[in-house]
Amino acid sequence: MARVQRMVPAVVTALCLTAGVAVAGTLDDVKGKGFVQAGVNGELFGFGKPDEKGVWKGLDVDTARAVAAAVFGDAEKVKFTPLTAKTRFTALQSGEVDVLTRNATQTLGRDTELGLDFVQVNYYDGQGFLVPNKLGVKSAKELDGASVCVLPGTTTEQNLADYFRQNKMTMKPVVIESNAELAKAFFAGRCDCLTSDASQLAGIRAVAPNPTDYAILPEIISKEPLAPAVRHGDNQWKDIVNYAVLAMIEAEELGITSKNVDEMMKSADPRIQRFLGVTPGNGKALGLDEKWAYNIVKQVGNYSEVFERNVGAATPLMLKRGLNALWTSGGLMYSPPFK
Amino acid sequence: MKGTAQEKIPFFRDPDKLAVFYQALTALGVALLAYYLIGNTLANLERQNIATGFDFIGREASFEIGESLIAYSAADTYGRALFVGILNTLVVSFVGIVLTVLFGTVLGIARLSRNWLLARLSAFYIEVFQDIPILLQLFFWYAFFYELLPGPRQALQPFAGVFLCNRGLIFAVPEAHPAFAYAGIALLLACLATVVLKKWAARRQEVSGRYFPVLQTGIALIVGLPALTWFFAGAPTAMVTPVLSGFNFKGGVSISPEFAALLLGLVLYTSAFVAEVVRAGIQSVGKGQREAAMSIGLRPSKVLNLVILPQALRVIVPPLTSQMLNLTKNSSLAVAIGYPDFVSVAGTTINQTGQAIEGVALIMAVYLFFSLATSALMNWYNKKIAIVER
Repeated sequence: MARVQRMVPAVVTALCLTAGVAVAGTLDDVKGKGFVQAGVNGELFGFGKPDEKGVWKGLDVDTARAVAAAVFGDAEKVKFTPLTAKTRFTALQSGEVDVLTRNATQTLGRDTELGLDFVQVNYYDGQGFLVPNKLGVKSAKELDGASVCVLPGTTTEQNLADYFRQNKMTMKPVVIESNAELAKAFFAGRCDCLTSDASQLAGIRAVAPNPTDYAILPEIISKEPLAPAVRHGDNQWKDIVNYAVLAMIEAEELGITSKNVDEMMKSADPRIQRFLGVTPGNGKALGLDEKWAYNIVKQVGNYSEVFERNVGAATPLMLKRGLNALWTSGGLMYSPPFK
Repeated sequence: MKGTAQEKIPFFRDPDKLAVFYQALTALGVALLAYYLIGNTLANLERQNIATGFDFIGREASFEIGESLIAYSAADTYGRALFVGILNTLVVSFVGIVLTVLFGTVLGIARLSRNWLLARLSAFYIEVFQDIPILLQLFFWYAFFYELLPGPRQALQPFAGVFLCNRGLIFAVPEAHPAFAYAGIALLLACLATVVLKKWAARRQEVSGRYFPVLQTGIALIVGLPALTWFFAGAPTAMVTPVLSGFNFKGGVSISPEFAALLLGLVLYTSAFVAEVVRAGIQSVGKGQREAAMSIGLRPSKVLNLVILPQALRVIVPPLTSQMLNLTKNSSLAVAIGYPDFVSVAGTTINQTGQAIEGVALIMAVYLFFSLATSALMNWYNKKIAIVER
């Protein structure tokens, strides 16, 4: 919308004018200015959206806070830039943000052609369909001829077209740029179904006039590993962002939470000692303070805490861990050893 | 002593040569800046490993577009998808411009009317619609359509074969038949004949003073000729009637709520500006002109058509052109309400290919072309109606 129309030219101008974006040395830049500039969604409940008091909340927001906690020892030293689906990659490429934590799907094309590097996935998602119960549809295979509300400029449009082509069905997309406008049109009955990543569907359903009138269909038509991204070529910064995400997962596996982390400092377990920096080494290897992982867990929490706080069963999204459970409980969340 | 005119003027004091020098210097500066920007951009892109070039235009687009004037599917190329977007922008701009000029002119004349109520109503409309941002108006009209209209299964049916619901206005169209092609050719011929007739009538009136009813004859020709052709070509009456099957209507032609909301928003907003342009034009014609025309016995409609408007048009056309350009450019707000215009399609393309610079360059080139073409056409028209010095 208006924001996009301002952002795209701005970002393109930046690409044209800057005498050379710093490819290496993002860590020094970040330390120099004193905060991490993170690109986030801004409109997506549970992932990146300010609450009614203006405090940023969400899984992606907390991921960015973890990076700030690792770098500065202070999870609040982060500033958020709300980005649309269209502007997010350009904003990262042009150096407008240091890290992109905006529910972006990792794909081969984006990893290579866009000059980005994706790090550890912080949410395993998949595209699905939200339908009103009164439509009487039980499967996505029954959607032939439907009008479909779609958020533009994501892999969503392509997955949708692919799915309907595979199943020899037709559809009419209604592509509206803003999450809020799209949801309004859908609730008013403009479309038969709304398609997006399942996590987003839960978020949209949560703000429906009557959430129980809507159901998410069982078909998941795509793999959407949502991962933070950094600029290609700055390996040190990539390592830091990558291990900031992994630290939350490893902490959960080691049983360290924001509540017990201070006690855990006294633990005799060598893995925990290494993780929390009691036995030094990890911090130096990353170019960070030895207490970087301690700060993440203390100030932001482990992955389970972050998940439950933002999108879990007690939130309006009511998402189950599913694929996002630890590998020890049948999920995909797995961290390499911290040594 | 020789005259000063013979004196050799040094280069740096000769205004003519200096002017040329400064122009050349400026041109060189601009060229260097362009060279720097393009070179720098390419270097930046390469350093960041971002693919460049327009190769993507030939690749499969693999996304659907909600409405299209030409056959399009996800298996077509990005090039064709972008073309669909261009056509969608053209349609909404063209229809919008025609309706805006008509409605704006009526509003402008109404504001000057001696009828108190009409003049006040028109003034009120103009002030209100000028002052509300166009984006808000678009949101309003779009919400108006989807909130107010029922779903397809409860569609309103004002006439047989016409359905109105939140999927749009869906109506029956005649089944394809060669008779319609012939009637189309007849329509074109009738239009041509009317133009010729108008020229002939004007010349005859100049020479002999005799009046020929061009308007009536023209309408008779334009309506009658295609109708007769259709009748003699077999008078086909079969219709393709829309039928509700599954989620949507199949068959017939539909006007989507997105298109309708965009068109309505653009027309209502821009008309308010056009009305003011028209009012300024009419008021720029001296009072004496009207009084003189009335004193020789012309009817009020003739006073307006023969004396006031031809003079007012000279003032109206240049700012009217800029309003037309505004309408075309504002049509890019379509993306906010889900109409697949060029910016919307190009936006999807940018995101899927990641080639923002090429995409934005394309958007700029297309809008620049639209604007220059409109300007050229209107400048030609402006020259045509300008005062002919005798």
